[in-house]
Amino acid sequence: MKRILFISLFLSFIAFSSIDANAQCKNFAKKVCMLELVPYVHDGIYNAAVLQEGDAVELYKTFYSGQEYRIAICGVDELPQIHFQVMDKDRNVLYDNKKNDYSKVWDFILQTSQQLVISIQVNTTDELGDVIPTGCVAVLVGFMNKENSFDQF
Amino acid sequence: MKINLKFLPLVAVTVFATFLFSCSSDKSGEQGSETQDTNQVAEGDDMMNDINKAKQVFYSLPSPIETAMLIKRAGAKYDESLLNPVSNAKNYMGNKSMALNLGVYSADLSFASLFDQTQTSIKYMSASKTLADKIGILNAIDKTIMDRLESNINQKDSIIDIISETFMNSNSFLKENGRAEIAAMILVGGWIEGLYIACKVSQTTSSADELIDRIIDQRLSLGTLISLLEQYIEESKDIASVHEELLKLKQIFDKIEVTTSKIEPVTDPVTKVTTLKSTEERAPLDPAVYKALCKQVETYRNNIVK
Repeated sequence: MKRILFISLFLSFIAFSSIDANAQCKNFAKKVCMLELVPYVHDGIYNAAVLQEGDAVELYKTFYSGQEYRIAICGVDELPQIHFQVMDKDRNVLYDNKKNDYSKVWDFILQTSQQLVISIQVNTTDELGDVIPTGCVAVLVGFMNKENSFDQF
Repeated sequence: MKINLKFLPLVAVTVFATFLFSCSSDKSGEQGSETQDTNQVAEGDDMMNDINKAKQVFYSLPSPIETAMLIKRAGAKYDESLLNPVSNAKNYMGNKSMALNLGVYSADLSFASLFDQTQTSIKYMSASKTLADKIGILNAIDKTIMDRLESNINQKDSIIDIISETFMNSNSFLKENGRAEIAAMILVGGWIEGLYIACKVSQTTSSADELIDRIIDQRLSLGTLISLLEQYIEESKDIASVHEELLKLKQIFDKIEVTTSKIEPVTDPVTKVTTLKSTEERAPLDPAVYKALCKQVETYRNNIVK
């Protein structure tokens, strides 16, 4: 009986920890990563996940011609650096943040509308420790609020 | 040995399931139980490895506010008669209808706010709140947001930020509470409404080339939308029926031939903004195809809002 009680409490703890991790992820995206988008307007779409070192995520999104965009990709301090690449539909690399000192943001404009792939990987560390670094990674997209025309080129 | 915290819930559930199983086994089955437990552990290990190797995939759609911005920049004029009347909000029952129409109202709200229709914006925010509450999206649009909207009514940038925040609240709430398929249906509703408004405006505007280009661009988002829905199609009949409607649209979009050249990224050394240079070739648009596309959009949209 005691064992059942202990396991129930343990599972409840795990379940609540998971909910708490999600809530922290939302707060991180909203209060930390969102600031990286300024002065761009966040498109309102929430993309975030709890990742650990070595994990990879891909995001597919259509970007429209003439619109100026900013992609912001942020990880919590507990995680190693976040490496991201932006690729076209044939997976040709258009941008690699590793070549830009692991920048969290990338600003761009397109001459034709395209579906792009954002490939994200949490780097691994050589440090030895008992716990694998785990935490929230948020991917936010913003656009410049220019309402009047597409004549930018 | 490093402890993998991310899979702790999964390990806990496996331990719990194994415990329940062993409790229910009788003595005569002890030997068999042990063998089965060993297999379960091996399968568990395999599952862990698969999860470790699996790459998570997100499909990010244009939000209603981005779609509204695209339509306005393409030269659309404001026409309130195109919006879904807020009085319809009370008619929507069931998760599918409420989610799709929350998306529709979100698009209408974005459209009205971008054209400085402040009173209409408040009305549509209120209608969105009604549906968000009925769906059970807690605090996505609370009193603070309504108050902020009313006090910033003459500051368009603030209003757009507030609308963006409400999308983020409902989006994140649904995804974090295991209701991502509802979030997907909201986006479908918003996307269809944007396309509907663009089609209607293009049919009554003399120089609608820019707007038609934007409509044709939506074939790209449609592909993303279909991929997103396919993630939930097995577990939701609602998603399956929405998916079916979108496939009808895809059949028409597929008749429009567009090819683009390889992209060449060029970064401005001063602004650090990269231009993705490429060209596009498009066969002349067959008016019959365009008419069929807009007709299909209108039929589906009217079916959603009825």
